[in-house]
Amino acid sequence: MLRNRFGKVVAGAAAGAMLLAAAACGGGDTTEGAPSAAPSGGASAPAASGVKVGLAYDIGGRGDQSFNDSAAAGLDKAVAELGVEINELEAGNGEAESAKEERLRLLASGGFNPVIAVGFAYSASVAKVAAEFPDTKFAIVDDEANKLPNVSNLVFAEEQGSFLVGAAAALKSTKGSIGFVGGVEVPLIKKFQAGYEAGAKAVKPDIKIQAKYLTQPPDFTGFGDPAKGKTAAEGMFDAGADVVYQAAGGSGAGVFEAAKAAGGMAIGVDSDQAKTADPTVADVIITSMLKKVDVAVFDFIKSFTTNSVQAGSKVYDLAAGGVDYSTTGGKVDDIKAQLDEYKAKISSGEITVPKE
Amino acid sequence: MTSSFTDRLLGRVKLSGWVSLAAPILAILFAGIVTSIVLAITGNPVFDTLTTMVDYGSQPRSLVLILNNATTYYLSALAVALGFRMNLFNIGVDGQYRLAALVAAAVGGAVTLPAPFHPILIILVSMLVGAAWAGIAGVLKATRGVSEVISTIMLNTIATGLGAYLLAEWAVPVAGSNNIGTPPIAASGQVPGLAMVPGSSLKVFGLVFLAVAVGIGFHVLLNKTRFGFDLRATGRSEQAAVASGVNVKRMVVYAMLISGGMAGLIGMPQLLGASYSYSLDFQPGLGFTGIAIALLGRNNPVGIAFGALLWAFLDVSANILGLHKISPEIVTIMQGVIVLSVVIAYELAHRYRGVAEQKRVSRELAGAASTPQKEGASA
Repeated sequence: MLRNRFGKVVAGAAAGAMLLAAAACGGGDTTEGAPSAAPSGGASAPAASGVKVGLAYDIGGRGDQSFNDSAAAGLDKAVAELGVEINELEAGNGEAESAKEERLRLLASGGFNPVIAVGFAYSASVAKVAAEFPDTKFAIVDDEANKLPNVSNLVFAEEQGSFLVGAAAALKSTKGSIGFVGGVEVPLIKKFQAGYEAGAKAVKPDIKIQAKYLTQPPDFTGFGDPAKGKTAAEGMFDAGADVVYQAAGGSGAGVFEAAKAAGGMAIGVDSDQAKTADPTVADVIITSMLKKVDVAVFDFIKSFTTNSVQAGSKVYDLAAGGVDYSTTGGKVDDIKAQLDEYKAKISSGEITVPKE
Repeated sequence: MTSSFTDRLLGRVKLSGWVSLAAPILAILFAGIVTSIVLAITGNPVFDTLTTMVDYGSQPRSLVLILNNATTYYLSALAVALGFRMNLFNIGVDGQYRLAALVAAAVGGAVTLPAPFHPILIILVSMLVGAAWAGIAGVLKATRGVSEVISTIMLNTIATGLGAYLLAEWAVPVAGSNNIGTPPIAASGQVPGLAMVPGSSLKVFGLVFLAVAVGIGFHVLLNKTRFGFDLRATGRSEQAAVASGVNVKRMVVYAMLISGGMAGLIGMPQLLGASYSYSLDFQPGLGFTGIAIALLGRNNPVGIAFGALLWAFLDVSANILGLHKISPEIVTIMQGVIVLSVVIAYELAHRYRGVAEQKRVSRELAGAASTPQKEGASA
């Protein structure tokens, strides 16, 4: 009886706790036909055999349909095209900080080189372990706080991609009112919001923008709770919005449902969600903000196999094709010219998108 | 034996003799068997998996990690156990320690004091905040009769919101990072680690001694003081406690304050020994781990120490599993099964004791009836 009472509390709290970057920052298009599973089976593939890639996921790991899956897609592509061997380790819910460090150390001491850490939660751990293993190349996604000669920091200009979909939302909105649903109120997701609002206001300065975050850290359930996403988006549609952008990871599915029920429009995040979302609601997705973690992961592994790894920050912005908007479904074809104009202006530096 | 299931569950009734040792050992063996079956069903090598875990878990480096994790778990379980002994379910340890660690980290980062006073100040602040947060539930229960289970769970949620707000207010941004944290605590506020395990450069949290001291203090407080007697009496029977002159309402508030103060210590080993800053990735959920370990250790400081070490061993040795393509979740299954089996094993042991006792009494009675009494019947 007691365990029942506690069990629910424990399960509830543990469920999404400590998701950290697992964020909405995932997905990435898997169009290049990455294999669905590829455990250390790279031996038969061509080229750079002998390279053993170690990858440490954030909470959720492979299969989260978000951030981690995007990294996994890049890894799978590397297995298929470069013939590398891989091993993947996954973060646990509410684990101690030492566990992250230990995970990277196990990979490095197990002969894995390069080692890729997915998510800013690994920041301090990468710094420590990279210093201990100077001959191993490390990469960390979404963090550039620590610069070491053997660490590549793979970061994205989420605000630039969000600017474009913000402009799309403003152009598509007939009511002059749009919404933003963020998973967890962390600096990373605020970048999505800042870009989105800037983009919308660039089109229509007096546009009404509602913004809501599903949870506050350290409660990271906001990245994996469609019911919360649905409720938040329903509120926005009820209050007059007709386009809602979600940067809420797994909770985004609820935003799409709400859009479908309200007859409104939604904007996806990370991957081309018009392709990956549930087919029954996919038609409400007018576009998605693409954050190509898979490209970054693949590029890094590829540069390792050609012995051309560059340490330090590599910014995947609009100009580099690291972020973009999707056109699947043809729902933004009529405004494509305007969006591409903004794209050119941002790429050239004519427009600077705020990060917060 | 007329104890209730909750009394037996929370260790307010004690077993003695060999059963009290046999019960947990059998429970852990049973959990091992269940885990083996799960491993076999999922197509993993049973024996190799377990030996891999033991091999990795017994390396010097892992031993340090186990000690460090256990220190934190131990403090958490003691905070929970104090309430349990009085029949108070402080589910809010989680919110208490998170809020306490955040405020303490902010204070510690903002001031600079000479070495011994700086960490002491941080620890005191943390205990005060933890106590205050738990005290809300205590006062609500004493004055309004609000169930502490409900209020502490709600306070957990409020602590999350308040913590997020305060962190955003106090945090200093780090260039290029998506993380935010309080300003780092200066060297004078840090508690140096100890190279206790030969063969590893990794250091054991200096505050491991604090945990030991709290464990001893827990034992002394409960068993050697009037307050402890009152607390245990209230836990056993509130009516009896009232009848014997215990102010139960005051006890509720005191117990929650102490439990919360102990909860304030949970984050300290990590904060003062390793991270020096409260950031977005400060470990959450320790309060709930503490509940499981308190049950595992029967709310007894020694039992909890074993429970915390076992739990930490399982957590640390889980690190290696991913490298062998075995899902680390197997360890979560094992931890769950251990807690359940320990609860069941003790219950069975109590019942076995009860039955054996009854048999002994009836045998003695039968024996007494058959031998004629030489002396007259006593009153």
